[in-house]
Amino acid sequence: MNLNEEVELLKGVPIFSKVEQARLKLLAFTSERVNFGVGQEVCHQGDPGDTMYVILGGTADVLIDTPNGQISVAEMKRNSFFGEIAILCDVPRTATIKAKEPLATLKITKDMFYRLVAEFPEMAIEIMRELAHRLEDTNQKLRAATRAG
Amino acid sequence: MERSLFSYIWRHSRPEQIVILLLVVLAQVFYFMSLTVPKSVINNGIQGNAFKDSKTIPFLVWELDLSAIFPGRVIRFFDGFQVDQLQYLVVMSFVFLGAVVVNGLFKKTINTQKGRMGERMLRRLRYELYDRILRFPPAHFRKVKQAELATMVKDEVEPLGGFIGDAYVQPMFLGGQALTAIIFIMMQNWLLGIIVVVLLAVQMSIIPRLRKPVLVLGRQRQISARQLAGRIAETADGVHEIHIHGAANYERADISERLGLIFKIRFDLYQKKFVAKFWNNILSQATPFAIYLVGGYFAITGQMDVGAVVGVLLAYKDLPSPIKELIDWDQQRQDVQIKYEQVIDQFQPEGMMPPALQAIPDGPPPPLGKELALAGVVVTEDGRIKQLDSLSLTLQTSSRVAVIGGSGSGKDVLGQVLARQTLPASGSVRIDGKDFFQLPEYVIGARLAYVGQDTYLFPLTVRDNLLFGLKLRPVAPAVYDDATRAIREVFWKESERAGNPAFDPNADWVDYELAGATGPADLLPCMVRVLKHVELDEDIYSLGLRGTVDAAQRPDLAEKILKARHTLHEHLQDGTYAGLVEPFNDDHYNKNLSVAENLLFGTALGKQFDGDNLAADPYVMSVLQKTGLDVDLQRMGLSIAETMVELFSGLSPDNPLFEQYSFISADELPNVRLLLQRLGGKGIEAVPEADRIRLMTLPFRYIEARHRLGLIDAAMEERILGARRAFAEGLPANLRDAVEFYDFERYNSAATLQDNILFGRLVYGQAQAGERIGTLIAQVFDELGLRDSVIEVGLDYNVGVGGKRLPASQRQKLGIARALIKRPQLVVVNEAVAMFDGRTQDRIRDNILADATERGCGVFWIANRPNQAEPFEQIVVMQGGRVVAQGSPSELAARGGLYTELMASA
Repeated sequence: MNLNEEVELLKGVPIFSKVEQARLKLLAFTSERVNFGVGQEVCHQGDPGDTMYVILGGTADVLIDTPNGQISVAEMKRNSFFGEIAILCDVPRTATIKAKEPLATLKITKDMFYRLVAEFPEMAIEIMRELAHRLEDTNQKLRAATRAG
Repeated sequence: MERSLFSYIWRHSRPEQIVILLLVVLAQVFYFMSLTVPKSVINNGIQGNAFKDSKTIPFLVWELDLSAIFPGRVIRFFDGFQVDQLQYLVVMSFVFLGAVVVNGLFKKTINTQKGRMGERMLRRLRYELYDRILRFPPAHFRKVKQAELATMVKDEVEPLGGFIGDAYVQPMFLGGQALTAIIFIMMQNWLLGIIVVVLLAVQMSIIPRLRKPVLVLGRQRQISARQLAGRIAETADGVHEIHIHGAANYERADISERLGLIFKIRFDLYQKKFVAKFWNNILSQATPFAIYLVGGYFAITGQMDVGAVVGVLLAYKDLPSPIKELIDWDQQRQDVQIKYEQVIDQFQPEGMMPPALQAIPDGPPPPLGKELALAGVVVTEDGRIKQLDSLSLTLQTSSRVAVIGGSGSGKDVLGQVLARQTLPASGSVRIDGKDFFQLPEYVIGARLAYVGQDTYLFPLTVRDNLLFGLKLRPVAPAVYDDATRAIREVFWKESERAGNPAFDPNADWVDYELAGATGPADLLPCMVRVLKHVELDEDIYSLGLRGTVDAAQRPDLAEKILKARHTLHEHLQDGTYAGLVEPFNDDHYNKNLSVAENLLFGTALGKQFDGDNLAADPYVMSVLQKTGLDVDLQRMGLSIAETMVELFSGLSPDNPLFEQYSFISADELPNVRLLLQRLGGKGIEAVPEADRIRLMTLPFRYIEARHRLGLIDAAMEERILGARRAFAEGLPANLRDAVEFYDFERYNSAATLQDNILFGRLVYGQAQAGERIGTLIAQVFDELGLRDSVIEVGLDYNVGVGGKRLPASQRQKLGIARALIKRPQLVVVNEAVAMFDGRTQDRIRDNILADATERGCGVFWIANRPNQAEPFEQIVVMQGGRVVAQGSPSELAARGGLYTELMASA
């Protein structure tokens, strides 16, 4: 997979959806591609996270710790991404991600992301707008839920 | 040391001074001859004065004229040869030439002798000063600045070397000349003679007085220059603090102030010097003034004939220059005397260690003794605060004791006393009844080890630092071939003449027995053992992986590493490690290597093909042109340039992303953008020739697996492989040594151990590939029993100035290992583990304890945390510089008090 395809995948991430193509290309170029073998963990639930991953190929299990042990709650495939909030603020991983098939990812670190945002403030504005939309969306849902409840 | 430089010189160079003096006297004969011969050549040889009466005269008549004693009595041994005028001229001309040559040879010999003597004395003086530094009391180093010591030994004694050669010869020689002239004047007229002598006396007493302020200023100049050197060293040592605190301008102010002071001193000196010179000139002209006046008066009044006055004047002509030189010599004498005093004053502090304590042992050092008894020991800081207050304590050197106490308890000072780092102000420390402070250093060095809170490492290899404590004496002389041996003998003889010891640093100084080995062959396991005790073995192993081994020097090791390479690659075939490493393969393009590395396919030796030089190398260029790869690379370069312009335009030029990721620097980017705009999408053919070269070098650093621009497809791989083959096949003989090609069956001396065993590249973007392969490599080395050999390579790592190339914790661990390797009878650990994390502290303590218990040796552990004391058989509790309790842990626990309090606080 080359750079241009990676950029297409990045565009699918909501917080990046409005960011200029050239910027995403730079983000993709400066980010590392990391492959995981079957059974390798990408991240572990509860660990501090500062990286987001975009899955370029393969499948991964999303596992959650329960009192009865780990259970698989979902599966991720190409185009999926996770940890996008972790590059905005430090949050612990909410799930363990484990490669089910050989997994190819694009690893975007907080540092690299911040550096680009510092360089191109309009990126921040696009992301803020996207986040505001999502917040508004959540608020509406909450209101609807309270009214319904 | 003598206060007087003169007696110092005389004591150490008497025979040489006398030889030189004799040579000088002898030289005068030939000097005189070289002056008289020209007269004979002109008078007799050319003008023919002696040939007026006869055609020939006798030459080389050898006779003894005794007419002074027996009038008319001349004994003639040889009548000489008869020569005519022309023969005489020829012969005398050659005599003149001979005299000149002999005179010159004398001069050369005398100067050589003087120079050698001066240098010898300088060497002696420097050595003595250095010897004294080694015998300074430890506390003295808190007061002196190291840069000042260095300046004194190096620069300030330097002028002494030049003076020493002239110290005795010059005054004798000049004095003799002056005396002859005075006697001649006296013989002409005693009154004039007396006047001359009186005037000279006035001159010689006034001039030095005028020069006194010059000398005082000279002393100030010396001290201020020394302090400047000290300040500059401080700036270098504290440069981080200066930057952190933004104090650069304050430092500038200080240096400017000092330089201003130095300027003032130097300018004053300059002025005073010229005032003295002015009076010197006036006074030296006072004598002819008196001769004119008085001599003229005598001549007019008829008491003296004119010829005599002229004779006196002529004789006086020879006087001023030796007198002037004598005065100069005297000036120089006082100057160097002051310099000498200034220096040696700094080298005789109170409490110097007697030389006997640092004697070199002639055999294995004796044991330390069994019982260490401290009685009424008081240590004060500058005579005020008592750090140890009448402390009394008896210890068995074989027991394992921990000392606990608060931060002001004086426990650390106790540790320093036991290492003889701090001298008690009063009280006694005895070992088996003998004064502990009078034990020779080699006993302490060999039998007692001490580690404090910070460790100094010498800028040598890890091995040199580790073995530093084993070098008490040369245990085996160095082996030389006959020729070298002869050179060394001369060298040592010269050392002895200059009062330097003839120790040979090339000898083997490592006392293997002390480390528990029998020789160099089985020292490695001993080193590895102590490195394990301080948990440094892993770090040194990593350094070893990054180190290189020369196959020519260690063919055995190279062979084994090659075997490890085979084993590793067998493991890499397993499914578990699939895809983590891309091995170097002659017939395959390696996606994890850059284009340049793929072309070279080897390790560059020297600068020829190293890094960016490769792209500029004419041979590489010719290969690219021949294979037609140059146009391919230009195309790739154009493509890279387009991408870079797209990605990095708009980024501020100082953004670190440029340096990390861009193929084109921020400065160059606008030019490249312009070029692309002019091209307007046309292909490489439209690019001007000059720009093509630049574009061609862009892909050299391109790594397909990392940069992912999709520039290298299967066809391109084939083309690059073709160029790789062409490069290797056509390599001219003179470049054969510039590259070591990758060859699976050959050890590569230029590459690191890790690269040698891996023989490939980690594949980009494989999660944890580095760790997993690292573990696999370690496993392979373990299987083949090569781990220690890798550590051995790591031991050759240079730790840098003050050990700064190692992290602080590794420095400290190396310091502890250095103390442990000599298997001391007693090891004093003075809060030396404080910088490690809690668990590491405990583990290292346990290792040291276990090792000492096994050998039946003692440990004196000054605990930085009280609970470290638990496993010790005996605990000493300290407070306010005194021992408040001592006993086994259970006894102390039963008694309660401070012990319980301290234990609870931990």
